[in-house]
Amino acid sequence: MTPPFWGPYKAADSSPLVIGAPLSTFALDRVSAQLPEAVVERYVDRTGGAWAVIHADHLPKVAAFLKNDPELEFKLFGSIDAVDRLHLAENDPRFEVVYFLYSLKRHEHVRLKVRVSENQPVVPSLTSLYKGANWWERLTWDFYGIRFDGHPDLRRILLYEEFQGHPLRKDYALRDRQPLIPERPIKDIFRGPGTSGLS
Amino acid sequence: MADHAKPEDHAPNPDTDAYAHESELEAHLQTKRMVINMGPSHPATHGTVRLKVELEGETIVKIDPEIGFLHRGFQKSCENVTWTQCLPYTDRLNYLSAMMNNFGFLNAVEKLIGLEIPERAKYIRVIGSELHRLTDHLTCVGATGLEMGGFQPFLLALEFRELLFDRTAELTGARLTTSFGRVGGINRDLPEGWVEKVRKSLDRGEELITEMDALLTRNRIFVDRTKGTGIISAEDAIDFGYTGPALRACGVDYDIRKAKPYWVYDRFDFDVPVGEHGDNYDRYLVRLEEMRQSIRILRQAMDTIPAGPIIVDDWRIALPPKPEVYGTIEGVMSHFKLVMEGIQVPAGEVYDSTEASNGELGWYLVSDGRGRPYKVHVRAPGFPVLAAVPHIIEGKMLADLIPTFDTINMIGGEVEQ
Repeated sequence: MTPPFWGPYKAADSSPLVIGAPLSTFALDRVSAQLPEAVVERYVDRTGGAWAVIHADHLPKVAAFLKNDPELEFKLFGSIDAVDRLHLAENDPRFEVVYFLYSLKRHEHVRLKVRVSENQPVVPSLTSLYKGANWWERLTWDFYGIRFDGHPDLRRILLYEEFQGHPLRKDYALRDRQPLIPERPIKDIFRGPGTSGLS
Repeated sequence: MADHAKPEDHAPNPDTDAYAHESELEAHLQTKRMVINMGPSHPATHGTVRLKVELEGETIVKIDPEIGFLHRGFQKSCENVTWTQCLPYTDRLNYLSAMMNNFGFLNAVEKLIGLEIPERAKYIRVIGSELHRLTDHLTCVGATGLEMGGFQPFLLALEFRELLFDRTAELTGARLTTSFGRVGGINRDLPEGWVEKVRKSLDRGEELITEMDALLTRNRIFVDRTKGTGIISAEDAIDFGYTGPALRACGVDYDIRKAKPYWVYDRFDFDVPVGEHGDNYDRYLVRLEEMRQSIRILRQAMDTIPAGPIIVDDWRIALPPKPEVYGTIEGVMSHFKLVMEGIQVPAGEVYDSTEASNGELGWYLVSDGRGRPYKVHVRAPGFPVLAAVPHIIEGKMLADLIPTFDTINMIGGEVEQ
């Protein structure tokens, strides 16, 4: 066989790939039907994952519907994180907060997104709805500086209180170090990834 | 008898009352709140976490876990290296079951690419995962026994763990930080005679587990300290996002290996143990039984593993064979491109999860098509589990904290990224 030489990989169309949990199209359809004003956009990503982009103001309502609707019951809290889209082609608004919930009844994941701008990075908190949201929201605040309105205890979680800035924003330099105690001045020590240890 | 509820009625006067000192012994104890620190490095806990505990007597009024001592900038590091170079970082997430993290990450990347890996690679991934599920549970169960005062179960657990780490080292070249597997399959095939060695290790391991079971499960001290302590209800556990053994101990039957079988898990016959009370004892029992089920899966997988390639034959994904690299221009250029620029994962996003030893290990990956991850979100199973500790332990005794902290099996590496 002559293997393909080089270039981006493209999956053959003839082999539809089914890995992972069934997709939550059913849940998103119900959300669209019940709360049409909350849904900004719906799309399916290249791997077949269904997403819904939700208005920040309507997020608690959508989450409450997903959790309490007897046909859905998305009660198992997955996680929260954000994406800083600064270097992506489509980057306005800058941040995307992503939510993952799981339904033990339907055995499906549901994926939600909320887009917030750099000037006003505020999302309503889900802590009153899901106990698990508490720490994930703190993590997102810590890493991206996105505030969660209504969170009872929005402190940094992994980094220390004295830390300046939010390290997972794309404009935070990879080698920007903020040690609490002075580091020993070893010139040739190589810290972290990158092309050169000196920059 | 002095009345404990109303100590002021019987307040002794030392000048007039000849037996005042006796009444004082029975008087209501005046307690004041005390804040103590457990950790970051505490002899009775394993893992680096600082617990700020507010005590009233021996009752915990408030507890505030402070995490982040092992924070290494996992996500930021991954965003600045190629997809393959992320692999060593994933080792350090759960350093007791590194292969599960490796394979979970690779699985998500392959899904993002849209790639099906060879059959034999899937079997090797199952074998590696189950080996490391055993080592993880052994550490948890052994350390729980140790911290409840039983040294022997810990030694038994470590003996089995050492056997498995030796097998891991023969397979991957490293005991803990395996960096095993590559996008598209596995980088090394099973060594000659390795399967027989694993079978022998498992035979010995079953004896060790039985012995550990006999020493702990009906041990009065162990049962008294774990049964009925650290209880979390199924509703709360789901609300917090519990997965894995901690959720199954509450009676919720959710295992990703059964719910959406990935690789070849649907071909094996195994049971998912489920607890009832959600307390420390049930979490311990679930882990103990899961080890036996892992051994079952391992035996079946080693019996039925097919021959064949272990990595896809596509030079845009996997390194070309060495004769091609040295002998052909296409080979050497593909090799160079793969090493220098990395796999060109097309732009897109994906969420995928596998069942790691402590629960759902989820990955949300975003690629911008430039050869490096744009975003690597990891849903570490230990994170929600630790987040619920204040909920579980507030209002309970200080002594319950240690078994609870043991059986939830918080791993600093994955929680603190």
